[in-house]
Amino acid sequence: MISLVSPASWRPFSLTHIRRLFALGAVLALSVLITAPLARAQGTPLEITVAGAEFEPMPIAIQPFQSADPSLTSVAADIVQVISDDLERSGLFRIVPREAHVSRAVPFDSMPAFADWRVINADALVTGLLARAEDGRLRVQFRVFDTQGEEQVEGLQLLSAPEDWRRVAHKVADGIYSRLTGEGPYFDSRVVFVDETGPKGDRRKRIAIMDQDGANLRYLPAEGLVLTPRFAPSDRAILYISYDTGEPQVYLMSLDGGQRERLGNFPGMTFAPRFSPDGSQVVLSLAQDGNTDIYAMTLAGRQMRRLTSHPGIDTGPSFSPDGTQIVFESDRGGSQQLYIMSNAGGEPRRISFGRGSYGTPVWSPRGDLIAFTKILGGRFHIGVMRTDGSDERLLTSSFLDEGPTWSPNGRVLMFFRESPGQSGSAQMMSIDITGRNLRVVPTPNAASDPAWSPLRR
Amino acid sequence: MKIKAVAALGLVALLAACAGDDAVDASAGAGAGGAGVAGQPDPSTIAYFNQVVGDRVFFAFDSSEIDSQAQATLAQQAQWFRNNPAATATIEGHTDERGTRDYNLALGARRANAARAFLISQGVQADRLRTVSYGKERPVALCSDESCWAQNRRAVSVVVGAPTS
Repeated sequence: MISLVSPASWRPFSLTHIRRLFALGAVLALSVLITAPLARAQGTPLEITVAGAEFEPMPIAIQPFQSADPSLTSVAADIVQVISDDLERSGLFRIVPREAHVSRAVPFDSMPAFADWRVINADALVTGLLARAEDGRLRVQFRVFDTQGEEQVEGLQLLSAPEDWRRVAHKVADGIYSRLTGEGPYFDSRVVFVDETGPKGDRRKRIAIMDQDGANLRYLPAEGLVLTPRFAPSDRAILYISYDTGEPQVYLMSLDGGQRERLGNFPGMTFAPRFSPDGSQVVLSLAQDGNTDIYAMTLAGRQMRRLTSHPGIDTGPSFSPDGTQIVFESDRGGSQQLYIMSNAGGEPRRISFGRGSYGTPVWSPRGDLIAFTKILGGRFHIGVMRTDGSDERLLTSSFLDEGPTWSPNGRVLMFFRESPGQSGSAQMMSIDITGRNLRVVPTPNAASDPAWSPLRR
Repeated sequence: MKIKAVAALGLVALLAACAGDDAVDASAGAGAGGAGVAGQPDPSTIAYFNQVVGDRVFFAFDSSEIDSQAQATLAQQAQWFRNNPAATATIEGHTDERGTRDYNLALGARRANAARAFLISQGVQADRLRTVSYGKERPVALCSDESCWAQNRRAVSVVVGAPTS
């Protein structure tokens, strides 16, 4: 596990700010303390503006992280690679190649020769230092400099078990990203998804989990026909659908021990589960006698409360981040459309009014947008709209794009894209909510039904 | 009955042509070796149900309506169930691939239930008929055009409790 500390030896750098960090107590506690923007002494803020139509990624130079300990040279290079890959994959940064660095290496406790970095058009410079702490843990320190303003804008220290070096790298990348974009962090997060093998008519599906960059993939003990895994807000459990009993049922699995249990025992199938933001409840669909309605179940007492009662198909429920409302899809009006209701049920209001049909709504963790799948003119799209249904924007288009999931900062969507025909298969993709930066998410096999975790603690 | 048999065989041929032999639903071909003297399985067998009566009905896009052709097939199924009182069935509801996963699970449940309700209306005891939805997870025809999608939008009665052939 990783902890953030600020030992006595770690003092503010003479000319600039160093972010002070403090331990959060337990070894398991891990927090990113990179929320409040730093006051800048002078000049304009070094921030990426991402709203405009024309957009240039920020050029950033990352100097090789230094260490007095030769045994750390290799992991230092690996950490810089992970940081570079995270920033580059966000679409908001361009990494200035190492070969272009004309400056002599900047000692970690010295001010850089900023002109040497401006001349290679690096707007920002990152330096880092690795050491082994007395207790054997890895200590990573890094600074972010504004080469135009000629000042440090960020400085953090992280301590972790040596084997958690990738998480440290993601935390460093999150620190750089957050400071320079003003967005919340998201690199230190995971994705749970369905790994697909076998022919189209008889897919073998397994639930897998990996870091958001594809590293550390492992399979969970759920396979056969399993669908739509969803993270708990704690990041320590998932919900998913399994046909273990012969019909689809919602299961809960701990990610600590792998224990599985079926959520309730109902006449009829249960599916489309999601946690409430506080993790105390699950919303899901229950189909009885062919009719699908939405229910909420308390995890403590397994009490089921019916939220919709309509002969139409009501499914795909997703809570607002404050837990007070639920967006869902229903064909009660004749076609699949999006509706919002109170967390207690009651009369819903329709929010989607465009052409085509809408499904799989997911409320953004920032609360401002709802992502969805739209079927229009024989094509499938991933889109977003405001919670009142306004400002609908379609971000993607293909034979089959489906099932968006939000990054923890509400800035990126992951979804899956399936190709047509007998040899068609699914792969996961990501896209920025501006519609830029469409990327394939690397997986060893075909993959579908991604669900992004909250930011790891 | 003869027309039914031809229709069923024609369907199998169509499935094979579109999807390849290995993709034909196992339930459709089960017990095919049990052909009787006239080339037809014994009427009390599951093979007869699958091949002669017809084990499946089809639906229009995004619909669970039992059309006249499906009604005719289900009426034959109901008669077979009345003649074979020990047999029970799980009715599987399926969709084509042109929908989202959750919605298709719900739509498959609707289709399976519509077929079940029709069989019950024809005198089959309700406790002999279970339903399950596979949504878009188990297509029998794998191409991505209407010729395959039409075959995948189906409710299949998977029978147990009778000789296979």
